[in-house]
Amino acid sequence: MSVRIVYFAWVRERIGKGSEEIELPASVKTVGDLIAHLATLGEDYAEALSVPGVIRAAIDEEHADHDEPIGGAREIALFPPMTGG
Amino acid sequence: MAAQVPSSGQAAPVTVRIQAGDFSIEDEIAALTKGRAGIGAVVSFSGLCRDEGGRLATLELEHYPGMAERAIRAIAEQAVDRFGLNGITAIHRHGAIAPGGNIVLVVAAAPHRQAAFDGAAFLMDFLKTDAPFWKKEYLKDGGAGEWVSAKDADDKAKERWAKARWQDEQ
Repeated sequence: MSVRIVYFAWVRERIGKGSEEIELPASVKTVGDLIAHLATLGEDYAEALSVPGVIRAAIDEEHADHDEPIGGAREIALFPPMTGG
Repeated sequence: MAAQVPSSGQAAPVTVRIQAGDFSIEDEIAALTKGRAGIGAVVSFSGLCRDEGGRLATLELEHYPGMAERAIRAIAEQAVDRFGLNGITAIHRHGAIAPGGNIVLVVAAAPHRQAAFDGAAFLMDFLKTDAPFWKKEYLKDGGAGEWVSAKDADDKAKERWAKARWQDEQ
């Protein structure tokens, strides 16, 4: 499955891009699996995602926990805890 | 660019805008209350950019377009239902903001004051932790800028509403 991944704030800076299309192996079923898979794609990814527990995610613009399935997602966002307001 | 979704004409309008430009508190209160004499209380909250003891040059606000508006709208609609508001307006700016500048505005209107206070506080408490915005501070003495860390106090502020609801229901 191919999915668009978008990154924000320091996740975006450390990975070095704002978005990309990624072909996911069949073994990647949840947000947590996705983060673990991305961390294998290179040093920048590994550094950005070195503490998976702090990474927040959204599937198609809705907040998603790490155990949430990603099947059928069009866009998955990964970002640090939010600091608006 | 302003992304505005006006109310669909229901009794309690929910207006959410994500924009780079500034806003006028006075104009937003007038827009929410005009011609609606059932409103007895209006509470507005505005969040401003602190100068951090004179050290801050600029605050840069990054956001997730689309989701930012969707997330704030969902919170605003909950606030209307939970506190019986006559309407609510939320505006959040993005991009570069100078010390002293406006960042966020919430205007809550209700028949009585407690609902208006609670509606505005509820929206802000959830916005802080659930709306996809990220602040980066650029200091006057230069450097690459630092991302602001999320605060535990913000999570606690949000949790108090779960407790308050539980108490209401007992």
